[in-house]
Amino acid sequence: MKTITFSQATQEAMIEEMERDPSVFVMGEDIARQGGIFGQFKELPGRFGTDRVRDTPISETAIVGAAVGAALAGMRPVADMHFADFMLVCGDEVFNQMAKVHYMFGAQKTVPMVLRAPDGLISQAAAQHSQMVEGIFAHIPGLKIVSPSNPADAKGLLKSAIRDDNPVIYFEHKALFSTKGEVPEDSDFYVPIGKGRIDKVGTDVTVVSWSHCLHTTCQEVVKLAEKEGISVELIDLRTIVPWDKEMVLESVTKTSRLCIVHEAVKHGGFGGEIAATVAEEAIGMLDAPILRFGAPFTPVPFARTLEQAYRLSPEKIVAGIRKMF
Amino acid sequence: MSALAIHKEPTVPVRKYSKKLLTELYGKMVTIRLFEQTVESHFLAGEIPGFVHLYIGEEAIAAGIMANLTNRDYIESTHRGHGHTIAKGADLKRMMAEIFGKATGYCKGKGGSMHIADFSIGMLGANGIVGGGYTLAVGAGLATKLSGEDKVSVVFFGDGASNRGTFHEALNMAAIWQLPVLFVCEMNQWASTTPYRTTTSVENIADRCQGYSIPGYVVDGNDVLAVYEAAKDIVADIRAGKGPALLECKTYRIKGHFVGDPEKYRTKEEVQHEFETNNPITRFEEKVLKAGALTQADLDAVYKQAEQEIAEALKFAKESPEPSPEAIYEDLYV
Repeated sequence: MKTITFSQATQEAMIEEMERDPSVFVMGEDIARQGGIFGQFKELPGRFGTDRVRDTPISETAIVGAAVGAALAGMRPVADMHFADFMLVCGDEVFNQMAKVHYMFGAQKTVPMVLRAPDGLISQAAAQHSQMVEGIFAHIPGLKIVSPSNPADAKGLLKSAIRDDNPVIYFEHKALFSTKGEVPEDSDFYVPIGKGRIDKVGTDVTVVSWSHCLHTTCQEVVKLAEKEGISVELIDLRTIVPWDKEMVLESVTKTSRLCIVHEAVKHGGFGGEIAATVAEEAIGMLDAPILRFGAPFTPVPFARTLEQAYRLSPEKIVAGIRKMF
Repeated sequence: MSALAIHKEPTVPVRKYSKKLLTELYGKMVTIRLFEQTVESHFLAGEIPGFVHLYIGEEAIAAGIMANLTNRDYIESTHRGHGHTIAKGADLKRMMAEIFGKATGYCKGKGGSMHIADFSIGMLGANGIVGGGYTLAVGAGLATKLSGEDKVSVVFFGDGASNRGTFHEALNMAAIWQLPVLFVCEMNQWASTTPYRTTTSVENIADRCQGYSIPGYVVDGNDVLAVYEAAKDIVADIRAGKGPALLECKTYRIKGHFVGDPEKYRTKEEVQHEFETNNPITRFEEKVLKAGALTQADLDAVYKQAEQEIAEALKFAKESPEPSPEAIYEDLYV
């Protein structure tokens, strides 16, 4: 094991996969000359050249469309979206092309591509540079979606995403890039898409979360709750589509209580899908109504006080959990 | 080069072309025409579901371009894609079955008329989104360049689609990376129900190439030999690594936007006039007969064969089973 940052972990994943497979290449804005706006591609141009690590024009639509076309023509592109918010610029290419062509053309060809999408709140970036949008993309059949919360999963899931024959959206939270964690040395280490991870075993309430809020807010929730004698089982979902329903149902069967915490807007968020599924399939196991926490139904505001009001509060979450007993 | 060039009548006398090539061009055009007429009549009879957009009157473009491509080259097509797919060499039976929504179709009944693909011949798919194919063709061109091959990637689109932002992003990207992409504009003068003059600021779509420093050409899209000659030169340049180009083929959309379109936006007389004066198939017939390059018997033989192949395709489609309901969940992920 070694301790590296989330950003370094994603870079290691890219290097290992690009060395292993010459059909893997990466393109996006500011990645070759600048190494990515979060430094996550820094070492790649020097190792692989600017043909395989390709600076693009500011043309999100063409980036995603070209990645789909290159994938159909036998390559394994990794396309960078700068900020996840910008994926909404190229909705057609993601929703109507990338997600559908495999199914729509009778599975004649796969679309082995990855869209890297830095998401989430960083300091006061406001409404168009801060969103968590996994729920929007999770609604469209044909896409796989992952959202790691730590460096090991970041590396393992990115490697899996590149090897996967399906289109994968790889959400990477901007506030996680500089965080550190232990990552296995083995270059064959990868994290399977679709499998959750039990971050902490517990007995009284299941908390399901992912990405940065699992790394921060939910850790605080665990501490605060345990001070009050409530044992939390914390599940890191890691993959949004297909999500690990079995792991969640098994945990809920044990704890009888479910609380879902995500940074995205609560209204219409992916937490609703988890809650509805558990209600459909295991309502008899529950001793309390399902709790959901997410952001208020507003765009992300700019001012410090407003952004603070937008952020999840561990205290509020624990107060909600307390009422389940 | 960024100047607009007009390709006029081919300078080669018709009788200098090989009988094989002339027969092939004629065969593709007639097959497309008869296929589309068959689809139209069966759609109107209620046997074909969904939407059908016909290529009648534009056959010379698909035939002329595709005669310069091999199965290794890529094409991206439009929602009006049957003609391109036939010209690229697709199997008529599997095409017709797909249009009928049958399990034996190219897409197992999951695509229909607007979404036929045949990856085995480089046909990367018809696209129901107007302007959806450009960037995919650019990506196929990028893949070709990265792997050091000499394949050409061709994307077909209409004049209406050239007003999509994707057109501009794709031309720019293809130009900066000098990708082997041929943009073929089928200037059929109608964007759904809107005439191009009311929505397009330029006289020729090819004029827009100057904004991206790539060559743009204009050709009579109802003259299959003119299209063939123009594409021959341009494809050779692209294959030799000279970067992308655009070929605008002037034509006219004889049929409505879709089968069943009431066509209130134009007169029957206008359409009739265009069809009588500019029908690419009759123009070709007159030309080859006058030049003595093919005989009436030659043409009849091609026509008869096309009729027979389409009859077989129709029979195959009608007799094929529909997909089972369980197939809905198949092939979503690999």
